[in-house]
Amino acid sequence: MSRIGVFTCHCGENIGATVDCAKVAEMCKDIPGVAYSVDYKYMCSDPGQRMMQEAIKEHKLDGVVVAACSPRMHEPTFRRAVANAGVNPYMCEMANLREHCSWVHEKGEATTHKAADLIRVLVEKIKHNEPLFPIKVPVTRTAMVIGGGVGGIQVALDIANGGHKVVLVEKSPSIGGHMSQLSETFPTLDCSQCILTPRMVEAAQHPNITLMTYSEVEKVDGFIGNFKVTVRKKARKLDEKLCTGCGLCIQKCPNKKISDEFNEGLGTRTAIYVPFPQAVPNKPVIDTLNCTFYKTGKCKVCEKLCPTGAIRFEQEDELVTLDIGAIVLATGFKLMKTDVFPEYGYGKSKDIIDGMQFERLASASGPTSGVMKRPSDGKEPETVVFIACSGSRDRSKGVPYCSKICCMYTAKHAMLYKHKVHSGKAYVFYMDIRAAGKDYDEFVRRAIEEDDVKYIRGRVSKIYEEDGKLVVMGADTLMGGEPVEIRADMVVLATAVQSNEGSEELAQTLHVSYDTYGFFAEAHPKLRPVETNTAGIFLAGACQAPRDIPETVAQASGAAAKVVGLFSNDELTREPIVAVVNRLPAPAYSHCVGCFLCLSACPYQAIEQEEIKSRSGEVIKTLARINPGLCQGCGTCVATCRTKAIDLQGFSNEQIYAELMTL
Amino acid sequence: MAEPFEPKITAFVCNWCTYAGADLTGTSRIKYQSNVRVLRVPCTGRIDYMMVLKALHKGADGIIVSGCHPNDCHYTSGNYHARRRWMVFKKMMEVMGVDMRRITFSWVSAAEGARWAQLVNEVTDQVRALGPYSEFRQIVGAGIE
Repeated sequence: MSRIGVFTCHCGENIGATVDCAKVAEMCKDIPGVAYSVDYKYMCSDPGQRMMQEAIKEHKLDGVVVAACSPRMHEPTFRRAVANAGVNPYMCEMANLREHCSWVHEKGEATTHKAADLIRVLVEKIKHNEPLFPIKVPVTRTAMVIGGGVGGIQVALDIANGGHKVVLVEKSPSIGGHMSQLSETFPTLDCSQCILTPRMVEAAQHPNITLMTYSEVEKVDGFIGNFKVTVRKKARKLDEKLCTGCGLCIQKCPNKKISDEFNEGLGTRTAIYVPFPQAVPNKPVIDTLNCTFYKTGKCKVCEKLCPTGAIRFEQEDELVTLDIGAIVLATGFKLMKTDVFPEYGYGKSKDIIDGMQFERLASASGPTSGVMKRPSDGKEPETVVFIACSGSRDRSKGVPYCSKICCMYTAKHAMLYKHKVHSGKAYVFYMDIRAAGKDYDEFVRRAIEEDDVKYIRGRVSKIYEEDGKLVVMGADTLMGGEPVEIRADMVVLATAVQSNEGSEELAQTLHVSYDTYGFFAEAHPKLRPVETNTAGIFLAGACQAPRDIPETVAQASGAAAKVVGLFSNDELTREPIVAVVNRLPAPAYSHCVGCFLCLSACPYQAIEQEEIKSRSGEVIKTLARINPGLCQGCGTCVATCRTKAIDLQGFSNEQIYAELMTL
Repeated sequence: MAEPFEPKITAFVCNWCTYAGADLTGTSRIKYQSNVRVLRVPCTGRIDYMMVLKALHKGADGIIVSGCHPNDCHYTSGNYHARRRWMVFKKMMEVMGVDMRRITFSWVSAAEGARWAQLVNEVTDQVRALGPYSEFRQIVGAGIE
């Protein structure tokens, strides 16, 4: 007979307010096999855990059900506590009284009964639990960082400085990300490129960092410590070893009228190009969609001129498979485009631009060399209207969240404009000013008080063109909703921060969770903000939620610390939740009949064919065998097996049917 | 007067999407009816539909099977196996005269806390209207244990 202990937690008021915990503890005493049942205010606290451990010893318990929060929250905590009391940690199960009961139901008899039922199910399960032992697996001490913006660069540098190899994968031709596009940064107004480009160079020259630019992750197999990542190196149409980055090809390329992505469409570039002069690596790529040779079969000017003969028109994409121990996602964000706002004319006016376009206009390396010129006619704008929360906090645009960075960069934009055009007038329409951060509110005050930026609390209902001006119709809600009309030369929309292009596909490739908006989900919003729910995959920066630069860098260092911590182990322990094929004495050897349906069902190629041989070496039977190092414990093979020869440790048929018997 | 009928609902959910989604329902404090009892499995691919029949036999009046949306499976393809088996299972049960309004196959992701509450309420209401599923237990017959 089992001796199971049931420990019911009140979680303060969280469970205690809706579930009668004392009654639950009393009810559980009557379940056959339960030797001890008690309730306590905070089971996860130190005294709570100690009480549990003492009870285990005193009542010689061999199994424990903790009825508290979600096992996704505290299962490791309680399993550790149980292990410290000398019981196998896998003899501990958690009943989810909080997330699945007290928080979602009203107080009452039915809720208390449900709580007891949830415990009863796990008591029956635990009777069939077997002690399990963690599986040890080796660690490949190479990290992969996906995304080469400021976050990715920081992660790569921190891991590399920790003494481990890093592969930095970036999909565009250069690392640098959005930060390399910015003119100046809040709240210090230091030049973005001046602080970023040295970091880019450092990353490129670091002996522990391998850059893979113009590359994308195609496939990820394996698990923590042992990923196999396939990266597509897109063809630059260039031999990178031969190219010296002299730039002659760029100068001579006859096709010069291509819209420049780096300048957000405000400038032009050639068909063979580097995104920006400080690009790392400083090696061009050929844009095959726009290159005259790929369109007409003629031209090849770059090939004729290249002093080192580096151009390779016939070059194909290359697939590279790498052994990786940990992955950090730092894929950043995208800005909502201006063409989704009917009230602002669907972005048809060239002088209604988004925040990133303004950055390029203000940047010394931008299309206007930092001189304020409006895109339509190149005139200096005398009046500029900035509209915060364009799309953010707007359910009709599918963005109910706050984009977090816009209040600050709008203040910065207004300030930069006033610094460049002293006589100019800057207006900001806002909903609330959210300037929480070190020196942030002071920065906004400076824009208002010293630089005389006019802040108007209200929304803009319409913008239309009239006599070369943009008429901005708004309301000032601090003046009782009085209508405001401003005849502006240029309008800057602080459009919403959204999850990056392709982030959902990437999440699916890596098997990490993502939220409704396509941002990657952290393992715990407060306590595990840089981890994902997939072991060995971490997060940094705006791919998780809108973030500014300081937060991104801080999170990047946090993720790097996690990776370095992981790599400090010689081997990792993995949950022993794996499938096993049963073994029987001869002559049956196993219930397995060797149909190998499981082999085709396994997503991890963890199932092998094993031959049972007689002494004379004759094959008697071929059985399935599961490699515990590769098995991830999904259990698909178990449900597939016709003869029930396979079972899943921790979620065995016996356990699940025992749970069902309590219904 | 007899007590109003309260159905028993058993939910088979995967650990990574629906269980996490149901956790989110809790974290968001969205209320739903308390008839459901959740059984956690690693993946819907783990679910042998015999378990569903066993649950009905042991007194469940309605069943929910829910895991990750297509493409979102933590284990790459377990949910596809579950879906394939479901298609076969459903056809077979229809032939055998099992009322498929009792068994709901769905997808709830880790981000869809509200969806989980909605699903549980819908299934509970539907099964409550259908009444106890004693018919199934008669088909199976008593005393097979």
